[in-house]
Amino acid sequence: MNTQSNTIRDSAMPAAPAAPAVISPWQSFYWSVRRELWENRSVYLAPLGVAAVFLVGFAISSFRLPAKMRGLTGLDPMHYHDAIAQPYDIAAGLMMLIGIVVSIFYCADTLYGERRDRSILFWKSLPVSDLTVVLSKASIPFVILPLLVSAIALAMQFIMLLMSSIALLGSGVSISGLWNQLPLFQMALLMLYHVATAHALWPAPIYSWLILVSGWARRAVILWAVLPIVAIAGLEAIAFRTWHFAALVGRRFIGDAHSVAVSPGEMFPTNPMVHPTPFHFLLTPGLWGGLLLAVIFLGLAVRLRRYRAPI
Amino acid sequence: MACIEARGLKKAFGTTIALEGVDLRVEEGRILGLIGPNGAGKTTALNAILGLIPYEGQLKVLGRDPWQERDRLMRDVSFIADVAVLPRWMRVSQALDYVAGVHPRFDRAKAEGFLARTTIKHSSKIAELSKGMVTQLHLALVMAIDARLLVLDEPTLGLDILFRKQFYDSLLNDYYDRSRTIVVTTHQIDELQDVLTDLMFIDRGRIVFTCSMEDFESRYAEVTVNPDRLAAAHALKPIHERQMLGRSVLIFDRTSRQDLAAFGEVRTPTIADLFVAVVGGTTQAKGAA
Repeated sequence: MNTQSNTIRDSAMPAAPAAPAVISPWQSFYWSVRRELWENRSVYLAPLGVAAVFLVGFAISSFRLPAKMRGLTGLDPMHYHDAIAQPYDIAAGLMMLIGIVVSIFYCADTLYGERRDRSILFWKSLPVSDLTVVLSKASIPFVILPLLVSAIALAMQFIMLLMSSIALLGSGVSISGLWNQLPLFQMALLMLYHVATAHALWPAPIYSWLILVSGWARRAVILWAVLPIVAIAGLEAIAFRTWHFAALVGRRFIGDAHSVAVSPGEMFPTNPMVHPTPFHFLLTPGLWGGLLLAVIFLGLAVRLRRYRAPI
Repeated sequence: MACIEARGLKKAFGTTIALEGVDLRVEEGRILGLIGPNGAGKTTALNAILGLIPYEGQLKVLGRDPWQERDRLMRDVSFIADVAVLPRWMRVSQALDYVAGVHPRFDRAKAEGFLARTTIKHSSKIAELSKGMVTQLHLALVMAIDARLLVLDEPTLGLDILFRKQFYDSLLNDYYDRSRTIVVTTHQIDELQDVLTDLMFIDRGRIVFTCSMEDFESRYAEVTVNPDRLAAAHALKPIHERQMLGRSVLIFDRTSRQDLAAFGEVRTPTIADLFVAVVGGTTQAKGAA
């Protein structure tokens, strides 16, 4: 226990004049995103868990598949396709839904949680800008989850197809009908397109709003996020007896399938008959209005985080 | 160049004034103890220095404005706040990965070396570590950063005496090299007496006392005086007097130790006793020492 001042000097080691490595903004961003995934394991565990449960159910149902396939012979092509594709659409739809649910919970907690557990003081002790932090958080609903749920949906559909094929081969029913009706790669691309447009770009103001409120509210983030929307909708309903604002928010929330693709009838977004209309989508004024709003919300969140202390 | 330079630093939270025009200057290579009662403005001053809160007045840390350039400044500044702030969900290995990923001056091998001396496992979650271990981990991370300024706000709060000793020992032996600057606040002042190079008392948002430890040792003297010599001792104008076991303990400022030796054994007062002498008369926060 030598704490005498002369001992300090004797035992002090000169600092190694190591040339400091350069950390690029991309590297900071990359590690910030990884950090988000470490903290929020539900981002990937929730879709994986739901996928696993669904696959178990599908495996059990595939015992009935040979009988079902025999019953389908003679149906017109349209109904034949729908009957075969239905469980695959449900799988994709489930992943889209879980993506929305996880995004909402993630965004509502992200800038709130770090203040509640005081870890914001640790994050702020490192040379990472508030902009990098907020962008890394926004990347979860805008980039990570769309890619993740699309990939998981594709993996699910592939496993389902294998299970079905095994069940059919065991009972001597031809599998060619199944494989012909399910162009998995094309369906995966459609899914990715749909999720990126209808579930990421289109609802961008919703998720950005949640991130902003999570950085502002001292408690009850969801309540504070919903309150102004309900207030505006209520005001409109009383003053004009219309529900435009509520409908607008609702359409943002669940994704507007009609603005991103053209489909005959009520087709599922990953149906091969669906025609994506990216140019039409990109020319929708609502898209750009929404993105502008999202940029404003995220910009405010960046500024707000500078002022934020633990709660 | 001064490491920290503040002029007229002010901060108010609503109607509560936390800092009332603080002027301070900390040269590079010093170990400064910032001592003050609860609510004196220590943490506010440190938060301003770290760019965590906006403020009025002038403040430069390593030549930068902390509020405007926090992320840039944090390449050269490390801090441990007064509460355990390492995220509880994180694993030790993830903490190492993350800091190595974002900090250009972090030496991972060094941090691993410090951790090897403890019983902390890489696979442990921070939530599973004891308070002492969390502090050890945070110190290992911070000491592996080649920073120019280290700010410690009550770093040993809630730790037992062994951990506290160990904390300051590793800081001095493995980190401090006289080119680095350390600013520390603590309520366990006396444990720092041999560690500090400079001392600053803060009270009610103002710096009320500042001196180097060399001056401290030459200027201040403490003598325990028997009642019969008390009148003679008073003639030398002590700055403070307290009673202990029926005898008076007097503290003198700039009084020749030879003169004082006539009254009894002359010692250097503890920082705590000097704090009470300097600040205690004007504040009710004597317990702070």
